[in-house]
Amino acid sequence: MSAETLYDKLWNSHVVREEEDGTALLYIDRHLVHEVTSPQAFEGLQKNGRGLWRTATNLAVADHNVPTTDRAAGISDPISKLQVDTLDNNCAVFGVTEFDMLDPRQGIVHVIGPEQGATLPGMTVVCGDSHTSTHGALAALAFGIGTSDVEHVLATQCILQRKARNMRINITGKLPERVTGKDLILAIIGQIGTAGGTGHAIEFAGPAIRALSMEERMSVCNMAIEAGARSGLIAADDTTIDYLKGRPFAPSGELWDRAVENWRTLTSDDDAKFDVEIEMDATNLKPQVTWGTSPEMVVSVDGHVPDADTIDDPARRDGYRRALEYMGLEAGTSIFDISPDKVFIGSCTNSRIEDLRAAAAIVDGHKVASGISLAMVVPGSGLVKKQAEEEGLDKIFIDAGFSWREPGCSMCLAMNADRLEAGERCASTSNRNFEGRQGHGGRTHLVSPAMAAAAAVHGHFVDITEI
Amino acid sequence: MEHLENVTGIVAALDRSNIDTDAIIPKQYLKSIRKFGFGENLFDAWRYLDHGEPGQDHSKRPLNPDFVLNQARYRDTRILLAGDNFGCGSSREHAAWAFRDYGIRVIIAPSFADIFNGNALKNGLLPVVLDETTVARLIKSVEENEGYILTIDLPSQRVITPDGEVFNFEIDAFRKHCLINGLDDIDMTLTHADEIHAYETRRREEAPWLFTDL
Repeated sequence: MSAETLYDKLWNSHVVREEEDGTALLYIDRHLVHEVTSPQAFEGLQKNGRGLWRTATNLAVADHNVPTTDRAAGISDPISKLQVDTLDNNCAVFGVTEFDMLDPRQGIVHVIGPEQGATLPGMTVVCGDSHTSTHGALAALAFGIGTSDVEHVLATQCILQRKARNMRINITGKLPERVTGKDLILAIIGQIGTAGGTGHAIEFAGPAIRALSMEERMSVCNMAIEAGARSGLIAADDTTIDYLKGRPFAPSGELWDRAVENWRTLTSDDDAKFDVEIEMDATNLKPQVTWGTSPEMVVSVDGHVPDADTIDDPARRDGYRRALEYMGLEAGTSIFDISPDKVFIGSCTNSRIEDLRAAAAIVDGHKVASGISLAMVVPGSGLVKKQAEEEGLDKIFIDAGFSWREPGCSMCLAMNADRLEAGERCASTSNRNFEGRQGHGGRTHLVSPAMAAAAAVHGHFVDITEI
Repeated sequence: MEHLENVTGIVAALDRSNIDTDAIIPKQYLKSIRKFGFGENLFDAWRYLDHGEPGQDHSKRPLNPDFVLNQARYRDTRILLAGDNFGCGSSREHAAWAFRDYGIRVIIAPSFADIFNGNALKNGLLPVVLDETTVARLIKSVEENEGYILTIDLPSQRVITPDGEVFNFEIDAFRKHCLINGLDDIDMTLTHADEIHAYETRRREEAPWLFTDL
């Protein structure tokens, strides 16, 4: 057999049939479901009298609309409440396993999948959410789908899709201390652009990727979609296997041994051909900060807000001008001189235990600066929250003046009560700095957890590799 | 879905790159559990001067007179021209539903984000890729000629200008067939149920750990 990429292997092992034009019927091993993109899908099934193809492979959780304050009080917004109640009801009617809002395992869908061992190497994983690319960090072929496809997967356990092209981003060298996977993926997006990976599955490879923890790998794959790629992938290795051992839905005993033997093959063959190969060196990477309204509008923390007038391409120049105006920033401003009003540590990109540890290490013994009206930490799941509390991280945050919250998507997209007001500026560990993303008129600067924590204590962005 | 074969109609241009799904339909409208009713909130933050919330009477909200779709000459827009990487961001199908409900059936851009592209095709909304120079020329024609109309002929995969100029575009044969006939994917897939069962039987042998019940 000819040499295959990791993506080729995952794709080929899931093709049920193929149309003449290359459209494949692809088998889906795991379907994650949340409240926002599923109600119309369940309704469609009911309308057409269809059942679930394989009920016990779906895992549901409410995350986008849930409050991050007192859970026992329920959801005050009636429209949000109806959406969450609808998920609960659909799961009850169709028999889908659900972690409801009061379940200690509840959390952001892309945090709980790997945490529970519901995401395994070699799987195809889909969810009605673009950040499903996160699960590719476990050598799973994972991508976001729309609601029509949610219904299609519920009814048929398959999806219709054409194969993407293969892209490999090889990261050489070693990330400097305190520079993280988040900084790396922001720098990659800065280089290849938000459409750089369109039509491709991106495999992240090389020594700098191999050295990343599972949490950081998930941050990298999470934002593959911000580079235009539906799927990000990282080959399976000891880090992957160690992470999964003993997780509730991971195999055990003899089945574990068989699975591990298979997972060891989930790498690109040495002579596999990629349609696009990109190489970057991690050695001198600085912490990254976005300045605009697209994740590709990013600079190193010791850099400056760019000048739109120096851009030759007219469409790009207009984009820069609009972004600077929306962000309320002057060209040439030092990133150090940007002062957020709020700080958000959370989201499916950066709310795992290691993210909270990195932020707490910066915060420890300091106070939130007086210019910051709200600094909040929203753990990715109930289990992350519990572990952080066992390690005393909650105390560090609370003592410094942070608000310590219940798990959910929260201010990443502001579907619940957590949001920016118009004109407010936020240092955020989330994934999108689009206009209005964190609240109508809100201004987002994407950073790593340690960078967000440092901005909270200093009141402006600082270079955490220098303090 | 509603079938789509030929569309002839008013064209509007939104000359910017990276139009994301948060801009197309802001998050507050994603709380709806329905599949219809998103048209009046298409481009909500650009289209209205105030901040909207679901459940409001949107017809009473102040319109942004500078926004292209609010201008009288573009009132009956059925075709939208836009910059590259159109529909980037989230997987929300509500973005495609918002165009459908508004009455826009075709979007022409130099490139589309993958997930949006798929969602559009499943809702009778046709994404047409034309090269950057052609899109720029068409945008200029739209701006210079009030009432500018294009025809999109899906069977022959052509965009036709009022002067009779023709631009060809690509589309997967399978998707084209589904659009022209308004076909439901699930019905078609279920005709292959035997093959799905056969695949499952084989995989259960090869990789039983993938079939553990949750």
